[in-house]
Amino acid sequence: MPQKYHINPKPTLPRFTPIGKYGTIDWMEGCLGCLKCVKKHSCVYENYDKQTSFVQKMKSVEYLYLCKNCLRCVQECTKGLLQRVINPEYSWLGDSYWTPEMILSTWYQAETGKIPVSGGGYRGPFVEEGFDEIWTDMSEIVRPTRDGIHGREYISTAVDLGRKLTALRFDANNALISNAPPFISIPIPLIFNILPFGDLSQTVLLSMAQAASEVGAFMIIKAEDYFDELNPHLKNLIPLLEVESIDEYKEIIKEAKIAEFIPLNKGGQGVVFYTDKIMEDIQRAKRINPGLIVSIRLPMNKNTDYLVDELARSGAEIIHLCADYHGNELDGSNPRFIKDVIRGVHLRLVEASIRDEVTIIASGGIALAEHLAKIIICGADLAAIDLPLLIALECRLCKNCLNNLPCPVEIHNVTPEYAVPRIANLIGAWHSQLIEVLGAMGLREVRRLRGEVGRAMFYEDLERETFGIRIS
Amino acid sequence: MKIRLEDRPDYVEIREAPSRFRNPIGKYKVRRSLDCINCGTCAKLCPYGVHVMHQSGKRVSRPKDYKCIGFECQNKPFYCIDKCPVNALSLAINPIYETFGDYRWTADLILSTWAQAETGKFPHVDLEYRTGRSGGGFDRLRFNFPKERNWEEFGIKKTIPNSEEVSTSIDLNRRKDGRPEITIDIPIYGGGMSYGSVSLPTMLARAKAAMAWNTFTCTGEGGYPDDLKPYDDHVITQVATGLFGVREETIQRVRIVEFKYAQGAKPGLGGHLLGDKVTKDVARMREAVAGSALFSPFPFHSVYSVEDHKKHVDWIKEVNPKALVAVKVSTPTDVDMVAVGSYHAGAHIIHIDGSYGGTGAAPDIAKKNIAMPVEYAIPKVHRFLLEEGIRDEIVLVASGGLRTAYDVAKAIALGADAVVIGTAELVALECIRCGNCESGRGCARGIATTDPELSDLIEMEWGAQRIINLYAAWRSQLVDILRRFGMTSIKQLRGRTDCLIYQK
Repeated sequence: MPQKYHINPKPTLPRFTPIGKYGTIDWMEGCLGCLKCVKKHSCVYENYDKQTSFVQKMKSVEYLYLCKNCLRCVQECTKGLLQRVINPEYSWLGDSYWTPEMILSTWYQAETGKIPVSGGGYRGPFVEEGFDEIWTDMSEIVRPTRDGIHGREYISTAVDLGRKLTALRFDANNALISNAPPFISIPIPLIFNILPFGDLSQTVLLSMAQAASEVGAFMIIKAEDYFDELNPHLKNLIPLLEVESIDEYKEIIKEAKIAEFIPLNKGGQGVVFYTDKIMEDIQRAKRINPGLIVSIRLPMNKNTDYLVDELARSGAEIIHLCADYHGNELDGSNPRFIKDVIRGVHLRLVEASIRDEVTIIASGGIALAEHLAKIIICGADLAAIDLPLLIALECRLCKNCLNNLPCPVEIHNVTPEYAVPRIANLIGAWHSQLIEVLGAMGLREVRRLRGEVGRAMFYEDLERETFGIRIS
Repeated sequence: MKIRLEDRPDYVEIREAPSRFRNPIGKYKVRRSLDCINCGTCAKLCPYGVHVMHQSGKRVSRPKDYKCIGFECQNKPFYCIDKCPVNALSLAINPIYETFGDYRWTADLILSTWAQAETGKFPHVDLEYRTGRSGGGFDRLRFNFPKERNWEEFGIKKTIPNSEEVSTSIDLNRRKDGRPEITIDIPIYGGGMSYGSVSLPTMLARAKAAMAWNTFTCTGEGGYPDDLKPYDDHVITQVATGLFGVREETIQRVRIVEFKYAQGAKPGLGGHLLGDKVTKDVARMREAVAGSALFSPFPFHSVYSVEDHKKHVDWIKEVNPKALVAVKVSTPTDVDMVAVGSYHAGAHIIHIDGSYGGTGAAPDIAKKNIAMPVEYAIPKVHRFLLEEGIRDEIVLVASGGLRTAYDVAKAIALGADAVVIGTAELVALECIRCGNCESGRGCARGIATTDPELSDLIEMEWGAQRIINLYAAWRSQLVDILRRFGMTSIKQLRGRTDCLIYQK
């Protein structure tokens, strides 16, 4: 049995007061000053006392973060002077895809390393577009089940990166004649992607790299952003470069275990004509470092299925398919969502009987632990995550950095002592949640989850089977 | 007001049970400014009791604005805002109303549940008390009430039955296996909430309400407190994976025993009672150590097949030869197979718990993502049991996200015999769904807590009356739905998907 993988959480407080959802406001006018003030007696979370101590220490009042929304004070005040409000800043968090709930949940996980838990059932819409259209399955009585999180059964979340042979061949003397290509196992099916934006500094990148090595994952970094302090973490870094600059970054390629190449982009079908050229370039890199595994980075678009098929047949080891940070395809009108693209790619490779030979990484819009499980169900081997890493460092997705405005939470100023455990906590919480869903599904290996749509239920199927409704 | 039920001589008594808080929350806010001259005009006018003279008779009390019908009052002759001689009154939407609720339990559903629990009638304020706005499942289904001329298409009688003619009772033993016949007067019983996850007064209130309605409530997995003994005939003992507090005597004293294989709030996952909630009393009941967290594993490690499951059922039947056996499961894709398996194992009731419900604390990842909503599972199981020719030998009950009388009726029209309710009962006890059941000392409102001080916030009699009232309001809505289809029994509605339309 492999050594049990576990990330020990190290609770790490936020540097800035986080934005909470609810708060109370009061009209002191009309206050009787009665001795039974709700502020003293009603709040079981002692928020009003905490506020007083904040004020005494001349610190800002944090009630919008502390309030747990029980309404006791509102309902018990003798004169009914208190009102509950929704913090306007809360509604401004994030955007249409990265909702305030996702951001708060990520902050919580980065701070505590724990699985978010709440009472009172599910509160959201019946179904929303995207990952929400998938339910994962569970095992019950008639199928074997696994006791995951509380740990009597070990559930492996390890995946392999690299090309695999479908079969081994032996000669007449039973000696192995197949040449097994290099591959690497990582203990969790995710790596860190480059960030679409962010108030980045070398310390931020260094902290992320350190977190990647701590949790046993890899981090993709643009070769031009590489700096010497990253050397100790190079074995966990994936330099990203365009194929023309292979010679320029020889030194990094020599040391790296995996590199990611951006093929020449001539637009549209152009890349297809260069399949041979890409494979040549990869060979060139392998001459610099024979143990190197190469990932090919492709944007998701309407040609993706075809391109992946071509590349997989030509011997590609890893293909990294990138959607935008909302999980949409990158071209034009009516973009497909990442789950549909990956399902298409996976099925095409399965039909061509070459799915097992190549590793598929999916990225873009992977915001929550369940998205990780669901994209693997759709057919990816693993995912690359981006914005959650930044949100772990308290990013509010205000996108000021895109306009060269100052970051409200000064991410460029973080220290590794703060940033590394925050990211590790988040990954630890995701890992625990992945184990929860795997256990519920009765699986002991995340590798068996790949493309396992039999352990998922899709909205369009259920609506059709139950109500005869066709969702287009 | 007393309601007479069809099959038995008892009465269910409906009494007003107003909010236990000083400032109840309503949809509208009525303010009285300092200009008020305490003339009492408003108190004389308002038929809803928003304005009441203080007992001293010298001044008007603060408006009970949660009873106000709001802007629709404008055209009424008793519109206080216009009639106030000094213009001291003003009316607005309550700002809290806009911060309330969520997609499944909207502000309207919470407030209307409170109103029904207070009065036993459906709310007189303009609140949507039938559906939420989750945009799917029950919230997309509507009843296709026939116009009189279409009645023949539905094969129904030409006259609308009287309310007294309509029966809402169902039978829980249809196996004809010599075990007792049990009938409940409403097609509803209470879901399992353990001692430890909810307070003792909450448990007792639920049990008392179950007795009043001649139905059941369930212990959950936390043992059988002695205070529940007077309600033995209306309590279901739950046997769950941790076997906490399960003893022979607790199995022997009840009429129904429930096996909990899984629960909708966390399908496929074990339970976890945080150490903080394991007080001395809880620990004694569960035969555990105070202060240390308790885990219920998933699954039963003694059950990996239908044959194992049968051994379980046989064991209970042996320990209590008079008990009916219910089996509670979640809703995986093969829930229909599980249901048939349970039938063959000898269960009387198969209880499917959909993934959108649940009362206790559960990982957020489980709530939306594991197992299917019950709206899909009910017809799937119902059809499969029909095809197998065993539908009329087993009782199918459904739960997990049923919030209103209309949801109950829809679940039955989709194929269930009855439903199990958890959250709505807690909302009747003034749960506001803040979701902090698990943190610190537990529920700040005294429902899901074992903290002695907080538990005291609920008085058992008051709680029982609130739940009794809620079911009275629900029952009258169920009766109304049945009458509009020309039906005289809830049993006739089962599986009548033709009574529903799906709103795109």
